[in-house]
Amino acid sequence: MIYADNAATTKMSDAAVNTMINAMRETFGNPSSLYTVGQRAKEVIEKAREDIASVIGADPGEIYFTSGGSESDNQAIISAARLGMKKGKKHIVSSAFEHHAVLNTLNKLEKEGFEVTLLDVHENGIIDPAEVEAAIREDTCLVTVMYANNEIGTIQPIGEIGEVCRKKGVVFHTDAVQAVGHIPINVKDENIDMMSASAHKFRGPKGIGFLYVKKGVRLLSLIEGGEQERGKRAGTENVPAIAAMAEALKESAAAISNVLPVISARRDRLIEGLGEIPHSILNGDPVRRLPGNVNFCFEAIEGESLLLLLDDKGIQASSGSACASGSLDPSHVLMALGRVHDVAHGSLRLSIDENITDSDVEFIIDSVRQTVEYLRSFSPIWRDLVSGEKEFIL
Amino acid sequence: MALYSEKVMDHFRNPRNVGIIEDADGVGEVGNAKCGDIMKMYLKIDDGVISDVKFETFGCGSAIASSSMATELIKGKPVEDAMELTNKAVAEALDGLPAYKMHCSVLAEEAIRSAIDDYNSKINQGKAPEK
Repeated sequence: MIYADNAATTKMSDAAVNTMINAMRETFGNPSSLYTVGQRAKEVIEKAREDIASVIGADPGEIYFTSGGSESDNQAIISAARLGMKKGKKHIVSSAFEHHAVLNTLNKLEKEGFEVTLLDVHENGIIDPAEVEAAIREDTCLVTVMYANNEIGTIQPIGEIGEVCRKKGVVFHTDAVQAVGHIPINVKDENIDMMSASAHKFRGPKGIGFLYVKKGVRLLSLIEGGEQERGKRAGTENVPAIAAMAEALKESAAAISNVLPVISARRDRLIEGLGEIPHSILNGDPVRRLPGNVNFCFEAIEGESLLLLLDDKGIQASSGSACASGSLDPSHVLMALGRVHDVAHGSLRLSIDENITDSDVEFIIDSVRQTVEYLRSFSPIWRDLVSGEKEFIL
Repeated sequence: MALYSEKVMDHFRNPRNVGIIEDADGVGEVGNAKCGDIMKMYLKIDDGVISDVKFETFGCGSAIASSSMATELIKGKPVEDAMELTNKAVAEALDGLPAYKMHCSVLAEEAIRSAIDDYNSKINQGKAPEK
């Protein structure tokens, strides 16, 4: 089996699994309890906080544990909005291709009277920091721009956007769910005020994540209850998952310098090989993208059929087609790049890790080429394109 | 539970009656690329009976399977019977479709109706001999 959907989720590392099991067995106490078993659990989570902070260049006191990326995004955005509102600031700057955890939160705030400016992501899927600066107003309380896009993998100029926000005195949040553990990140160097991360994207467990909040930036709680996480996130801490997340992040971060060039080279070979399929196009910038992300559109075929047939060949991947997602519209990310519906339905996302070998890469290229050819052989759109009745878009 | 029934997967992996009929008596195309599904049906009709049927489909797994099953259900049947084919019958023959994929079976029903309408209008215009 070739698992090429690591942007959806990753397989937990052995070290993370062992850490989790060990914590379940040994440190079952409630970290809020003052006796020994409780304090041992407390030590485990505080050690995890230190480890995570050190990977991203933060202080341990700037890390808050949450249930994952969606909760982190929700809390960061809602908190900044509520605090902004108190000062009469009800404008937020974001981008058109954010994750739904961000976009749907912004939608909710718009219904409450906030105004949201969604920046253009251009044809290459990269935001221009100058456009961020131009979009910031007197009443802007937050800029939220994702670090790397989950579908097309494009990496944003986060440091520059952070600098613009710092200069303008606006809080800057980034959803770094796809980036943390995959590329080097330093929250201080990159002027990041708040950053969301999710453990299962870097070989940790599901249902756990964290929010980095720079010292001095206020954070409101979303969940009322006990005083856990310094009163910012109530609920007994998920000690085993927190410990496993820290283990997975340490491991992933330590491996970056070795695996990044290897994965990037295989990504580039995939881009080259798939680009040779006629009437196809790479989505997103070819260079400024995550090391494992490949995203293509193939004209005149539909993505879900492609995924099912690739699955039959043992390749597990993803698509932004409407049918594959269960909605009526194709991916909002591809639409934001300016792809038309006809083409956006025929998309394929491969997100590889270091376990995908060079021969796997060649097998993927051959399999996709054959499957696209097969599906085109009985596509009425393809017939019209080939006969000249319709014009090729790609 | 798998996304699709065994029958859907069988008709998706090995679609029956794929292709075109050059001298078709009726051709119908429904759907649009915007929604992500297009079905085109070709009918050969002899003595009021569908003697041959072929299809081309751009769409998801259930769209391809629905087209394939629909062609199987009308092949060799009188035109009047084919007109009566419902999307429900197509979905049932596939051992069901997920609720959000039922529109694929509707598209199959419409594609067949559209091809028969084309046949009927050709007869009415005298372009095709009534067989």
